[in-house]
Amino acid sequence: MRTFSYVRAPDVETALRAVADEPNAKFLGGGTNLVDLMRENVERPDVVVDISRLPLTGVEELPGGGVRIGALVRNSALAAHPLIRTRYPVLSQAILCGASAQLRNMATVGGNLLQRTRCLYFYDGASACNKREPASGCAAIGGFTRNHGVLGVSEHCIATHPSDLCVALAALDAEVEVESTRGTRRIPLTGFHRLPGSTPHVESALEPDELVTAIELPAPITERSRYRKVRDRASYAFALVSVAAALETGGGTVTAARLALGGVAPKPWRAVEAERVLLGAPATEESFRAAADAELAAATAQDGNTFKIELARRTIVATLRDLTSDGSAT
Amino acid sequence: MTRTLPRTSEPAVGKPIDRVDGTAKTTGAARFAAEHPYPGLAHAALVHATISRGRITAIDTTEAAAIPGVVTVLTHHNAPALKPPRKVSPLDLSTMASGTSVAYLNTDEVHWDGQPVAVVVAETLTAAREAAALVKVVYAPMRSTVDFLAEEPNARPQKGNLLMSGSAKKGDAEAALATAPVRVEGRFTTPPHHHNAIEPHATTAVWDGDRLTVHDATQSIDWLRSHLALRFDVPAEGVRVIAPFVGGGFGGKAMIWPGTILTVMAARATGRPVRLLLTREGVYRTVGGRTPSTQRVALGARTDGRLTALVHTSVTYTGRVGGSPEQVTSQSKHVYDAENILVRQNLVELDLISNTSMRAPGDAMGTFALEAAIDELAYELGMDPIELRMRNEPERNPIDGRRFANRNLREAYRLGAERFGWADRTPEPGSMRDGRWLVGMGVATAFHPAWQFLANVTVRLSVDGTVLVRCGFQEMGMGGATAQAQIAADALGVPVESVRVEYGDSTLPLSPAAGGSMQTASVASSVLAACQKLRRKLAKLGPPGETPAAVLARAGVPSLEASVGSDSRLGRLTGQARFLAKLLRDQRRWMRAASGAQFCEVRVDPDTGETRVSRWTAAFDVGRVINAKTAVSQLRGGIVMGIGMALSEETLVDPRTGRIMNPGLGEYHVPVHADIPPIDVAYLDEPDPTMPLGLIGVGEVGITGVAGAIANAVHHATGRRIRDLPITLDKLL
Amino acid sequence: MRVNGADEPLDIQPQVSLLDALREHLGLTGTKKGCDQGACGACTVLADGERINSCLALAVQYEGREITTIEGIDHPLQGAFVRHDGFQCGYCTSGQICSAVGMLAEHKDGMPSAVTEHAPAGELSPAEIRERMSGNLCRCGAYNGIVEAIQEVAR
Repeated sequence: MRTFSYVRAPDVETALRAVADEPNAKFLGGGTNLVDLMRENVERPDVVVDISRLPLTGVEELPGGGVRIGALVRNSALAAHPLIRTRYPVLSQAILCGASAQLRNMATVGGNLLQRTRCLYFYDGASACNKREPASGCAAIGGFTRNHGVLGVSEHCIATHPSDLCVALAALDAEVEVESTRGTRRIPLTGFHRLPGSTPHVESALEPDELVTAIELPAPITERSRYRKVRDRASYAFALVSVAAALETGGGTVTAARLALGGVAPKPWRAVEAERVLLGAPATEESFRAAADAELAAATAQDGNTFKIELARRTIVATLRDLTSDGSAT
Repeated sequence: MTRTLPRTSEPAVGKPIDRVDGTAKTTGAARFAAEHPYPGLAHAALVHATISRGRITAIDTTEAAAIPGVVTVLTHHNAPALKPPRKVSPLDLSTMASGTSVAYLNTDEVHWDGQPVAVVVAETLTAAREAAALVKVVYAPMRSTVDFLAEEPNARPQKGNLLMSGSAKKGDAEAALATAPVRVEGRFTTPPHHHNAIEPHATTAVWDGDRLTVHDATQSIDWLRSHLALRFDVPAEGVRVIAPFVGGGFGGKAMIWPGTILTVMAARATGRPVRLLLTREGVYRTVGGRTPSTQRVALGARTDGRLTALVHTSVTYTGRVGGSPEQVTSQSKHVYDAENILVRQNLVELDLISNTSMRAPGDAMGTFALEAAIDELAYELGMDPIELRMRNEPERNPIDGRRFANRNLREAYRLGAERFGWADRTPEPGSMRDGRWLVGMGVATAFHPAWQFLANVTVRLSVDGTVLVRCGFQEMGMGGATAQAQIAADALGVPVESVRVEYGDSTLPLSPAAGGSMQTASVASSVLAACQKLRRKLAKLGPPGETPAAVLARAGVPSLEASVGSDSRLGRLTGQARFLAKLLRDQRRWMRAASGAQFCEVRVDPDTGETRVSRWTAAFDVGRVINAKTAVSQLRGGIVMGIGMALSEETLVDPRTGRIMNPGLGEYHVPVHADIPPIDVAYLDEPDPTMPLGLIGVGEVGITGVAGAIANAVHHATGRRIRDLPITLDKLL
Repeated sequence: MRVNGADEPLDIQPQVSLLDALREHLGLTGTKKGCDQGACGACTVLADGERINSCLALAVQYEGREITTIEGIDHPLQGAFVRHDGFQCGYCTSGQICSAVGMLAEHKDGMPSAVTEHAPAGELSPAEIRERMSGNLCRCGAYNGIVEAIQEVAR
């Protein structure tokens, strides 16, 4: 790990000022991803601004039935929060499927948004990686691609976003509140993360001097929501494919649907094509399959991750099926 | 054994006695190799090569040396000289100890991706690691061969060694196969694996003139001592290796890898105590793992299930700089009574780090292919897979007609099937469900040969009633100290609490390495002999008393000691020669092995192919069990590692570069708590009449057959035969 | 730093992890380093009673927090681990025990897990224990004994 100077920010203003004139600064929340990447010399900040003691730890109900979540709420606290467990079960489940209890006790919601990929070649300093070292190439293509993306990838980068929590947020129409010395703005979660295109090192809409201060969720379309994570171990492994889904039906017809995918794309993937097919369609396995097919029509695979397309299709169908049955199966 | 002493306590052997080091390990008091404080201690960090073969043309340490706190940066330009390792000799087993043949930091040559090319020594760990990242190396790469599967067609027959043949045959198996009424044949593959002991390899080295003290995470105290003396050209008597606690080994700490050598070198160069705890990545880059394999198993049978042909061939690799040829097909010579048998092992040589032993080397992989093929044959015949095995259960060792020292596999299957509830299984694939889950049940035979090597032991009885057993064996969690205390207690007729065992130090009498499931049996044999000697001495002191100590008290003798073996140079040589002769003699007379029956139940998600093990029963024939608690734990541990091997473990070696791409516990998936169901372990407790106390090792047999049983259960659940490990969900979609 | 109830003066660089501060600077080697990347749990300690991975924590960030390591733990779990043989080599054990102490408190506080919705409310079933302890790897494979030890103490 490279030497850096450490600043502990007692309030948001100090934090923002600390990074305003410092081009190579990083905010430190729970540290679960940043400290790891610094130790691997992937992240090499000159200044680390510790924001973990900022008073951004509230979970508040909003008028209109939504929820405002402080950026420094710990993952475990959010998963256990009664508002989240009852109204947004998909979010609670997504968090509890992620990492380990120890990591969930450390990791913050804001930090989770900025989690970086687990691509093996991104982590390995000896390998070419356009994300880590712009224009150096992509060693993942032609290499081990089992964990890589099939949607939204480019010839420059096929890495996936590793978060579970963000997949649920994408399905829940979350908005991200960010602040800098220049002011406050709101970014829809689905527009927060960037696709790689020819600039895979640009991962989000966040400017270097901006701090994520809160996430806001609108009232849920339904409390019937679910997160399904498919992985190589029964616990403590990143998703091969995950599905966050909320489904409302009436008279056997889908009246509202929210669907997002994890493990398949460089960002938490809101499945808008699938939602379009689902809306107004009969709540049947055939519709679910048609929706999955519509979403995955654009998928492209490498040698090592062709299976993800079929796996995503099956997981979407299974998750929607669970939501329309009594929900007890898994 | 005739008893000349009255028994003062219940026998300890066989009891589920708590580990003697339990408190130390549950309070954090146990100190491992990187946890010994020394004044002036410096920290080392390694720099690894990033090419698989070539030369270093330039190495720039300026930036690294400028980091505050850096003491020195060692490269091939300034490192102290290292003597080359010696040629392997059966009379000195420590010659097998060298992980690789490379002269670390004494050459500009690079032989594998990950080879250490520089060592930073600094005042703090933080500075050492920061500086290591700043060492700049320029290479002239050379053509290298790193792609195992691409190299497979160039494989050459594997030579045998003193203990194992590279190939064997009985009759003409290929011809019998061609005419067999029922045939199955398959190609099986297993990927590379890493041990991943939770303690990374670690060394603390302290020089005092030509005397060296080393705390090391090693399975081979004695080998390490001899090897370090040789490499650093100092008398072995001045080298002390201390390793009372080792945080898991599984074969990965049996050989001596560059980290240990370079720590000792760094301490030599700086004149300071130096500590190195490898990074997890460093473990992958500088310690060998289990070779991948490709295997062919072909079985021919009559319609009644009797095997007429068994063909089992394998291809594995060794590094161009070393490694041990894996005995993949070994068990196929012993498990089934086929009329014709052909086993043949082949090797390729790659520009990768040497492969090395990992829990049940050869057998863990071989039993996967063999046991899966047997299951395929059972389905081909429409026969219960246990029935098929029982019809081919041999009376004598199939390949050469030797007697089995012990063979109770029929009884193991009977016991296991009953405990598992095998009778409730419906054989049709896909016929069993629990809710949405597809349920499958599979079975396989476990098999691992039993060995015994030279161990020297001293036993001392004191007038206060305490007994001290001294032997330089290793404890990595096998429970060796507890087991030897139980053995000594019974042999002397004293309560087990009064026995203390000293181990884990090269100043103690010679012990074999912890490997090959032979340490406990080897040491036990000498503990028994030493105790018997002690009792003879005691008998000379006077008539038997209430307790052995009472005899001493009456005679006015403060303590009495008996030893087995001599640790002098000559004593070791003659001991080794004597033992080798006995080993070869025994091997001609008997086939000795541990065996067992593995039963498992898996659940497969019909949508996603996720496979989880939901139930396990195993019944083993491991001879006499010394400690019912620790032996069962070791057998369970093997099964857990086997579950990882079957379902999730794989080291990803990039075939383009020879670089390991998942050198960490995040992306190399060892089983977690949630992957492991309750594991029911039963054992027959039938002493092997040819082994001391009738005990056979339990360290490795547990993993054998596990992957086969799981593959068979997955087939039963889904109808799919997965012949390539690990059985990940993509293979089931 | 506050460690095991005592104030420990420390003068270290900001790069130093809580784990290295404990092991290298305070001599508290009971907390183990297995991966240094948050993937094995051997470094688990309690911070204000919550279990965390000390390898991914910068020591400076935990100034003033109450850190408890295995050396500061006196809990029935320790004896239960010995009785149920919940370890072999002992290297992951400190982390397993610290993690289990934190886990029992979390469960008491009503923290759900990924398997809670499928389990009877309030009961710490073996499946719950296994899921909640999955952040602590044991390569010796002593999982059965660990779960039994925790179950015994939880009852």
